[in-house]
Amino acid sequence: MNAKARRLKENIYKGAFSALAFASLLFLVGITITLFLEGLPVFKEVKAFQFIFGKFWYPTYEPAEFGILPLILGSFWVTLGAVFICVPLGVGSALFINEIAGRRMKAVLKPVIELLAGVPSIVYGFFGMAIVAPFLQRFLNLPVGLTAFTGSLILGVMATPTVCSIAEDALSFVPKSFREASYAVGANRWQTLTKVILPASASGISTAIILGMSRAVGETMTVLLVCGGAAVIPHSLFQPVRTMTATIAAEMGETVVGSSHYHSLFAIGLILFMITFVFNIIAELISRRFRLKLGLGR
Amino acid sequence: MNNRIFKTILTAVLGLGLVAGAEAGIQSKTITIKGSTTVLPIAQSCAEAFMNQHSDVNISVQGGGSGVGIASIIDGTADIGDASRSIKDSEREKAKSNNVDAYENVVALDGIAVIVHLKNSVSALTKDQIKDVYTGKISNWADLGGKKGKIVVISRDSSSGTFETFNELALEKEKVRPDALMNASNNAVAQTVARTPGAIGYIGLGYLTSSVKAVDVDGIEATKENVVNGSYSLARKLFMYTNGAPTGLTKQFIDFILSDAGQKLVDKAGFVSIK
Repeated sequence: MNAKARRLKENIYKGAFSALAFASLLFLVGITITLFLEGLPVFKEVKAFQFIFGKFWYPTYEPAEFGILPLILGSFWVTLGAVFICVPLGVGSALFINEIAGRRMKAVLKPVIELLAGVPSIVYGFFGMAIVAPFLQRFLNLPVGLTAFTGSLILGVMATPTVCSIAEDALSFVPKSFREASYAVGANRWQTLTKVILPASASGISTAIILGMSRAVGETMTVLLVCGGAAVIPHSLFQPVRTMTATIAAEMGETVVGSSHYHSLFAIGLILFMITFVFNIIAELISRRFRLKLGLGR
Repeated sequence: MNNRIFKTILTAVLGLGLVAGAEAGIQSKTITIKGSTTVLPIAQSCAEAFMNQHSDVNISVQGGGSGVGIASIIDGTADIGDASRSIKDSEREKAKSNNVDAYENVVALDGIAVIVHLKNSVSALTKDQIKDVYTGKISNWADLGGKKGKIVVISRDSSSGTFETFNELALEKEKVRPDALMNASNNAVAQTVARTPGAIGYIGLGYLTSSVKAVDVDGIEATKENVVNGSYSLARKLFMYTNGAPTGLTKQFIDFILSDAGQKLVDKAGFVSIK
């Protein structure tokens, strides 16, 4: 009787937890299905090729033009710029925390950097709009301060905690024996760092960078406020651009449900989802290889 | 026997329920308003004043945009739908298929001011010049009689009511140059223009502050007087749509907005009263 009751309890717990685990899978499937159902109808009106490579985004005109190349390139440039900011910042601080900082400094630095991730994106956006953009405009003598570069700068800072945290984990996974062996053959600290530690954790750091990019490409509120929002193919980082996310956020509120404009916004969401999906799969593949390389199994 | 008692009770209960339901319908003292952010300050200040006079009435005011306002009348989620443009044919058809008669109440007038940076030497433009700037034919202030420099063109997101009205009144539905900046609200446009020496933008007259300069259009100053007397060309009506001619509490509220007291609030909110 007692054993029976225990087994029942066990089964209930098992069932409850597997239901919870499968819930996120259910959400993912639901979101994917919705994106496809709501996004695909636009391709009845525009060819997929024209949608992705069209140069003009005029969704509310008659006849409407749904070309999202400027939006894709806007997202691309802003994200690329952000990578150039968040990789040195994030990987640099991870190296410092792991290699140079003492235990006390590490106990302060890591939580503080991770706290940066807790600042709401709208606050970053306001900060960028009110302080960074006017400063850049005067400092670089631009016609307007709301540019792709402004967005990159702020997104780079926003993605830094992601990159730093994951890169630091990767560095700390490098077995102690690697370092000791390096010192034993007479390598100095710098040689150990560049020839042993970095190569050993390279795939972990790549994962960090890709997840940082994934964070930057999906960010919405900040880019809506600081990037200017011109749906034009960018020729430089110092001109206003509009990203895919900003377009959805700005236009979804006022579009007529069921119109081709509405479906086209979902189609942009679908493409965005695919991009981050690919990023995450690449990150997962690399991190698996990394575990194997260090003999951590799986 | 038992059955009959049961039936009597049932009838009584149902009857009471019906009466109670009908009474609740009559006495439901709430008005829901949704729609254009341009009309929002009018709806809000009038709702506050109206609720002060009628303490038993509750008015909920939400933004969302003209499209949302008209859509909420069509699908019946609001009593009043605010819009800064008149209803489109496609929307009217959708209303008809939902058995809704979108009734137009003009509650105020609004002028669109074309604004530039305070230090800009240009203070008057023609409608054609504005159109050329926004469609991309003119890109330098020198071509408008100002100091040489790139014009930073600021527009609204293409689904906003202000954009649609500007597009209709000033651009005659020609496409805005693709490199125009897109801001998401009247205030954002005013702020960006105030901070950017080479900028040009457009906002509702009610959002005009001393931090930017409104240019004369076709020689007419952008003032309330010129909107009322019809000489200022970039002006429009503001609507509150109802399902059929307003009745009951909704009628009381709209009558209040159209009264002298209500129109004073319209003026105070920076718009132009209809009288």
